[in-house]
Amino acid sequence: MLSYVIFTLTLCGIYALLALSLNLIWGGVGLVNLGLAGFFAVGAYASAIATGAGAPVLIGWAAALIVGAVVGLVVTFATLRLRDDYLAIVTLGFAEVIRLVALNERWLTKGSDGISGIKAPLKAELGLQGFSVFYLGLVTLIVLVVWALLRRIDLSPYGRAMKAIREDQQLAAFAGKTVLRFKLQAFALSAAIAALSGALYAHFQSYVSPDHFQPLITIYIFLAVTAGGVGRPSGAVFGAYLVVIFLEATRFATEWLPGLQPVQIAAMREMMIGVALILVLHLRPQGIMPERIPKAPRQPTPTA
Amino acid sequence: MTLLLQALINGLMTGALIAVPAIGFSAIFAVLRYPNFAIASYATIGAFAAWWANAVAGLPVVPALAIAFAVTGVVGVVAEETSLKRLRDNGALIVAIASIALNLVLENIIRFIFGNDMKGYDLPLARDLRFGELRIGPQQLQSLALSVAIMAAMFLFLRYTRFGKAMRAVADNPDLARLKGIDPARIAIVTVFLGAGLSGVGGVLIGLDTSIDPLTGYRVLLSVFAAAVLGGLGSIPGAVVGALALGIAEELALIAVPATYRTAVGFVAILIMLTFRPRGILGERAT
Repeated sequence: MLSYVIFTLTLCGIYALLALSLNLIWGGVGLVNLGLAGFFAVGAYASAIATGAGAPVLIGWAAALIVGAVVGLVVTFATLRLRDDYLAIVTLGFAEVIRLVALNERWLTKGSDGISGIKAPLKAELGLQGFSVFYLGLVTLIVLVVWALLRRIDLSPYGRAMKAIREDQQLAAFAGKTVLRFKLQAFALSAAIAALSGALYAHFQSYVSPDHFQPLITIYIFLAVTAGGVGRPSGAVFGAYLVVIFLEATRFATEWLPGLQPVQIAAMREMMIGVALILVLHLRPQGIMPERIPKAPRQPTPTA
Repeated sequence: MTLLLQALINGLMTGALIAVPAIGFSAIFAVLRYPNFAIASYATIGAFAAWWANAVAGLPVVPALAIAFAVTGVVGVVAEETSLKRLRDNGALIVAIASIALNLVLENIIRFIFGNDMKGYDLPLARDLRFGELRIGPQQLQSLALSVAIMAAMFLFLRYTRFGKAMRAVADNPDLARLKGIDPARIAIVTVFLGAGLSGVGGVLIGLDTSIDPLTGYRVLLSVFAAAVLGGLGSIPGAVVGALALGIAEELALIAVPATYRTAVGFVAILIMLTFRPRGILGERAT
């Protein structure tokens, strides 16, 4: 039971990073990324391949960050001048292409067999139990660091400029903000965070395969960010924990239903996710922790 | 040369099949102004409704298609009214996200009822027709004829009926249409019925080609989007032109890249189009 709790909490942290990634661009500059699962996969494979070739784990994670950011820049460059619905379509396609590459380029990714035996840092020294506690601590620490960083951005002039772009990009451009550069930077940073999350996942599972990167993950994260509150890093993290716990709860809930085939149980669980997301959008579109709009700094009032 | 000609013919065939759901998607986009991801599940629902009519109830293909159209049309309207309509005021993006969730729900209802196994239609086996070196399946030919007939019916509907004209008016300028006494809510319902119904019919046509399972619609989603973007989002003739162009591009690409990358062609086509001609081949109607 304890190892199950530790496992679930680690997964919570990994999803929290994905939620922070989505929140940065969606809550920040108002773009969506329906290809989160793709960036997650890019990071997981980048680190798995790098460490598989003999690099230390930290280098693998750095590689995931860099590759994620670069891929994010490449994907968005062609579409950032266009409307948001195009970006949604393109990012969805991107995730699908990444899955196809992972499935077909056997020389790089071992195809549908997946890459197994990915290095688990300090596992030999700590033992199985010790490793899972250590890894939970590490993931939680990384979530905290990324959260603190994004919160700082959120409260800084940079964050205010991002939100100005989200609300009205023409006005923001008129006020002298370089809209395109802000969007590119936000997307690259967001993609890097998603890729880091993928790398953490790969070393946690010691195994990655194309099956791990279904579009369903993207839907989980959208549920997390909407439930938690779009535009607030704390909300994204809170939402991610909530969603993973909800997901695990559906596992227990469906066990109570007698006479169902395994396929039907899986279908029920996915249905519940979809219904939950629709309900949240209807009932609480601002999420449980709504965005706080900070007051504008007070201008010194001229005294006559 | 034969290889090229065969690819061209196959491309036109697949393009014509993709065109039907692409018209459905474009109609919804033009009138309601959001990309509806749930059309993937509408296509799947249509495919299963027709499968039930054909393989279980023993009906021929054309009545099965009509049943698929009606069933998905109704499902689409019910889904739209219960889960998407109220979100329209919050912007296209929120509705799009909700439609993804809706897609997940509908797809899994199908999975719950029918399971994950592949199912095939009950069709007579027939030998390919040969024209010199070129081969064409009679089933493909029938699907092509059906697709052309459906497209023709759609054009006549948009051009000559009151609802068709009203739909075009709302797509052009919703405020002006309202001033002219067109009720946008009614037009929305008709559009969704039509759009979902066409997606369902498209699902059947695609299923007739091979077999069907709960992911049938999802697998062509990217191609449908690509067709719509290529032709110009929201333009119905554009959807047809885009679908034909995409079909040919996919088949031609098969000469150069492995078949497993077929769906990637749509993605690359979108990127190229957006870079060089962001408004699509025929230009975008609804901005």
